Amino acid sequence: MEKKHIVVSYPHPDDESFGAAGLIYESNENDIPVTYLCGTLGEMGRSMGTPPIATRESLAEIRKEELQEACDYLGINYQLLGYRDKSMEFENKSKMAEHIKSVLEEIQPSLVVTHYPGHGVHPDHNAQGAATIEAVRLMDSDKRPEVWAAAITNNYVEELGEPDIVIDVENNFEFKLNAILKHRSQAEALLKQMKADEEFQTTYTKDFKERLGKEKFYIWDFKDK
Amino acid sequence: MKPIERKEVKQLLTNYKDKDIFVHLETTNGAYASHFGNQGVNVGAYIRNAKVKFIEADIKGEIGAFRVGLKLETGWVYAEGLSDYELTEDEELLLAGHDADGRLTVALQLSEQPFK
Repeated sequence: MEKKHIVVSYPHPDDESFGAAGLIYESNENDIPVTYLCGTLGEMGRSMGTPPIATRESLAEIRKEELQEACDYLGINYQLLGYRDKSMEFENKSKMAEHIKSVLEEIQPSLVVTHYPGHGVHPDHNAQGAATIEAVRLMDSDKRPEVWAAAITNNYVEELGEPDIVIDVENNFEFKLNAILKHRSQAEALLKQMKADEEFQTTYTKDFKERLGKEKFYIWDFKDK
Repeated sequence: MKPIERKEVKQLLTNYKDKDIFVHLETTNGAYASHFGNQGVNVGAYIRNAKVKFIEADIKGEIGAFRVGLKLETGWVYAEGLSDYELTEDEELLLAGHDADGRLTVALQLSEQPFK
């Protein structure tokens, strides 16, 4: 059997922790290596730390360091695709797909995880999801890795039905939360609120666990297999 | 960044007067405003490395909510809600406003070299 390797293809430093830390935990348990293909450095992000530690100009470097720390904690490697935050939907789609295809051909993953186009909420999520799926579609059908797509819109179940894969993060939630908190500039506001308000902490942690306690994916059907 | 001191920032703005400079101007309510907490439509705009030359510059308003206007030969650059500033090692003047959780709400930045 071929050697397994998972690629997570999301656009921002912290998407890997919010969207795949549970999957990564299980992959670590099973000795399956994971590579994070990070589309941008999140340099147009709004959160600057609480109080602000970053500026618009220093945010890219700070988030790169946070990404490194998070990936060290998660026990995975990352590669940067070099796009600019918030701009991915305006890039040439076929060029981006070819770019991602060339990276995937180097890594030769058995599974690629990305956002479900149209259900990613953030335009970068939709753009990188679409380009990643197109990259895999361009491969010979017998060489394609499996693709799992994550939908995070409020109405995804109504539109897509129940997801195919559900990873329960309940027992490894601390691992996921710690990974998220490595992205300090982005997570500090959250942390501050959790510390300041006990009631908030209870309701928020519950809501947080409901939203992030399960990682759900649809297996992409390329229809020509 | 540190809280804007009006006189200090006015002097810094004047340093870029009558020169070809690069501007970064931005405002945003975040990419998830419509997804979380019903804050309506996501609203944001930015322009990065627009080349301008201004002939007048001033900063008005009060602590936590300053306004800057740059009068160009053929138009204006304007930002409000500015609270913090920093002059970087590369002599980029960064002005920004933040909400109570430190999130950026507005940014106006000037530099003689293009921003990276």
